[in-house]
Amino acid sequence: MQQISVLAGGKTGYGIDSAGLIISRLFSRLGYQVYMNNDYPSQIRGGHQFVIVRAATHKIAAHSDQVDVVLAFNQDALDLHQSSLKDNTLVIYDSAKVQVDGLPQSAFQGLDVGGILKAENGSPDMDRYCMIGGLCRALNIDLGLLEELLRKHDAKLWEQKMKVARQGYARTQQVTTLEQLLQPVLPVLNGCQAIGLGLLKAGLQAYVAYPMTPVSPILELFACLEPEFELQVVLPESEIAVMLMATGYAYMGVKNAVGTSGGGFSLMVEGLSLAGQAELPVVVVLGQRSGPSTGMPTYTAQADLGFVLTAGHGEFPRLIVAPGDAEEAYYWSGVALNKAWQYQLPAFILADKTLCLNHYSFDIKQAPELHEEQPVLWDGKDQYRRYRQTDNGISPLAFPPLAGQVVKTNSYVHDEFGIISEEPAVAKAATDKGLLKERYLAEELQAWETVKVYHEGVCALLCWGSNKGVCLEIAQQLGLKLIQLVVLAPFPTQALRDALQGVEQLISVEGNAKGQLAILLQQHGFQVDKQIHKYDGRPFSLEDLANAVWEALK
Amino acid sequence: MSQLKTTAPVAWCPGCGNFEIMNSFIAVLEDMRNEGFPLENIIMVSGIGNHGKIVDYVQINSFNSIHGRAIPTAEAIKLANPDTKVVCFVGDGDTYAEGLEHLLFAAKRNIDITVVVHNNRTYALATAQFTPTTQQAYKASTMPYGAKESPFNPLELLLVSGATFIARGYPVKKEHFRKLLKDAIAHRGFSCIDTLQVCVTFNNLYETYNKHVVEVEIDDLTNFEEALRVISSWDYRTSEVPIPIGKFFEVNRPGYEDKFTRFPPVPEDRTVELLQLLDRFI
Repeated sequence: MQQISVLAGGKTGYGIDSAGLIISRLFSRLGYQVYMNNDYPSQIRGGHQFVIVRAATHKIAAHSDQVDVVLAFNQDALDLHQSSLKDNTLVIYDSAKVQVDGLPQSAFQGLDVGGILKAENGSPDMDRYCMIGGLCRALNIDLGLLEELLRKHDAKLWEQKMKVARQGYARTQQVTTLEQLLQPVLPVLNGCQAIGLGLLKAGLQAYVAYPMTPVSPILELFACLEPEFELQVVLPESEIAVMLMATGYAYMGVKNAVGTSGGGFSLMVEGLSLAGQAELPVVVVLGQRSGPSTGMPTYTAQADLGFVLTAGHGEFPRLIVAPGDAEEAYYWSGVALNKAWQYQLPAFILADKTLCLNHYSFDIKQAPELHEEQPVLWDGKDQYRRYRQTDNGISPLAFPPLAGQVVKTNSYVHDEFGIISEEPAVAKAATDKGLLKERYLAEELQAWETVKVYHEGVCALLCWGSNKGVCLEIAQQLGLKLIQLVVLAPFPTQALRDALQGVEQLISVEGNAKGQLAILLQQHGFQVDKQIHKYDGRPFSLEDLANAVWEALK
Repeated sequence: MSQLKTTAPVAWCPGCGNFEIMNSFIAVLEDMRNEGFPLENIIMVSGIGNHGKIVDYVQINSFNSIHGRAIPTAEAIKLANPDTKVVCFVGDGDTYAEGLEHLLFAAKRNIDITVVVHNNRTYALATAQFTPTTQQAYKASTMPYGAKESPFNPLELLLVSGATFIARGYPVKKEHFRKLLKDAIAHRGFSCIDTLQVCVTFNNLYETYNKHVVEVEIDDLTNFEEALRVISSWDYRTSEVPIPIGKFFEVNRPGYEDKFTRFPPVPEDRTVELLQLLDRFI
C-alpha cells in the first residue's frame, strides 16, 4: 500500500486534531508526503470535528472524501461520514460509544477504549493513543515510531500513553502493510507556520496581531520564538491599533507584519490607507474565512479578494500574493516582506483557513532560495527628504534617530520633506509617484513566476490560493492544463497572456459565489469561459472538484 | 527664528491656543538640548485636527498619524527604539472620543510616551461639534438645542487605567505649563497632560479660564485617593467653577518597553537557525 487516507472523527476539543497530527507525523516518518484537512466547528468543546490525513509517495495538497480507514471516537464519526466509506474501508471504533449494527462487520474492529484506559490507569483524554495503537497494528507500523514521536512532541506522560497504545495495538488485527519508503522525512507544518518561517527568513523583526482564526498560529509561533529570534511580538487592544503599530514600526525601520481575517482586516483598513499615503511598508497576512461578518469562523472561503484589491480609501499601489501550499506560503511571504520594503507599500499574503490551518509536508528545497533583501537607503548626503522624487518613485529611506536630520512622515498629502501640502501639483505628483512605483514593481515581478502553469491541454483550469493542490490532481487526472495566479496585484497581465497560449477553454475554480478572480480577469481583458464556485465553508475534495469539472465540460 | 521651527506657513487662527503649546514645546526642546539630550532622539506624533499640524512647524522627527490613532503609532516607535522620547500631540475629539481605547491601553501598559491633549473642548477643524469634554451650555452646530449627554472626566479614566503621570495645564500660565511639559517628558512611563487649549473661534474660554483656573500643589503625588479627589473636583460640565491645574499624580512603575527585546544593531542571517527550527516539526 503506497497511498492512504485516514479519517478520525469525534467531539471537538478532545484531541482529534492532535490525533491527526500524530498520524500525519507517523506517515511522514515512513517517508510519505502528507496533507491533513481539519474540519471543526467554532466551539471549544463538543460539536463534531474530523480530520482527514492523506499520505502519498509524492507531494499532495488535497484531501479525498473516500477514505481507507476511519477512527471513530464516537457515533457521529461513523454516521456523518457514511458517504466516505468504501467497500473495504477499515473502521476502528470505540466499542462502548459506537453502535455498528447493520454495518458490514468484516471491515470493522471495535476497541474497548474505556476498558483499556481503566486497566492502564489512563486518563479519558488518552483515548486517541489507544486508537492510534490500533491503527499502527492495522497498517503494520512499528510502535517504536510512535514512541519516538511522543517523546519528541507529546512528552508529558509518554510512557503512560505508550502503555495505552500498546493495548490498542495488541487488540487490533493487521489488515495491510503501509510500506516504509526510502524518502527523506519531511517536517509537517500548517500554512501559518510556513508563512511565519518565510517572514523570519526575510528578516521579520516584529509581529503585531489581535487573535483571530485562522491566523492565530502565527501569533503563537512568534510568541514562542520571541527570545530566540530577538523578535517583538505585540498583542494590542484592537486591529485598529495593530495596523497603526505596524506603521510606527515601519517609520522606525523595523520590518514587521500583522495577521488577521476579514473582520479584523475591516478594522485595519483605516490604517492601511495611512500606510498607502505615507508610503510605509506594512505586510498583512490575511487568512480568509467564511463571511460575511462572523459567518462561519472556523470554515474556509476565498471571498475577500475583491475587498483586498481595493481596501483603503484613495488610490495607492499594493502587492497581493496568494500562495497555494506550504512551500509557496514560505517563499511568497518572504517575497512580500522584501517587496513591501523595497517599494514602500502595503503587501498582502492572501491565504485562507484551508491553507492556514491544514497541515502539509514541507520541503524547503522545493521553494526558491529566499533571502532578506534591503530597501533603498539614503546615501547620507545633503538634507534628508523622506519623499524625494526619483525616476522610479522610490524615495531612499532613513530612520530616526539620525543626527542632524529630521524624518517626517505624514497622512496628509505632503511635499518632499513630509510637510502638509494641498497644492494641486504636489497632490498630483504624490499620486503619480504611487503609480510609478506600481509600474516598476509589475515590471520587476515579470522575472518571477507570478503565474504558474502545470500540465498541458487546450482546456485549462484557473485557480488561486489553496485550491492549487486539488486542481493539480484533477487537472492531471482529466488531462487539463492548470494555471495558478500567485500574484494578484499588480496584475500579471503578460504572464497570464503567456500562460493562456493554446488554451481554448478556461474554467475558473474558486471558493466564493461570484467568481472574484474571474471578475479580476475580465477587468484586465481576459475571458473566463466557465466558473466553478464553492461557498459552503468547506474546501473542494478531489471528488467534489472532479464532479464539478465533468459538469463544466459537458 | 528658532532653528527648531520649519518654514511651513502656520495654519492656525490668530490667538489660537496651539501657539503657546508649540512655543512651550520648543522651549523644552531647547532646554533638553542644552542639557545634552540629542534632539534626534525625540519623535513627535500627532493625530488629526488643528492640533495635528504642530508637527509641520517643529523641525524634529515627526509622524502625523490619523484621527484618534497617534498613540498606537507612538507606542510602536517607542518599542522600536527605547532610547527615544516620544511625544504625542492629540486633540480631545481625537483621543478622548475616536481614540479613547488607545489612550487607556497606553496608560494600562505604562509605556514611556507623553500625551499632550490639546483640549479645546470642541471639534474645531470640523467647525464646532460636541466632544467628550465640551461644557454643557455649549451650543454646537450639530446640537442647536443643547447637549444630549454629559462630559466625562478623562483624567479619572487615566488614573484608574494605570497612568503613572497625570497633569492638567493651562499654557497661558507659561512657566507653569513649560515645567509640567518638561516633567512629563522626563517621566519614565506613561504621562498625560490634559491641556486647556483655547479655540478662539469656536469655544473661546480665555476669560473663563483666567478667572477660574487654580494652581494646585499636591504634597504626596503617589497618593491615589488624593489624586482622585483633586481630579474629580472639576467635572467639565461647566467652566464657571474652580479648575485645578498642576501635577496630580506621579509614581514609578516598570515601563512596557522594558518587557521587550532590543533589536540587534545588525540583523543576523537566520539560515542555520531556521533549519534547526524546521527539525522541530519532523
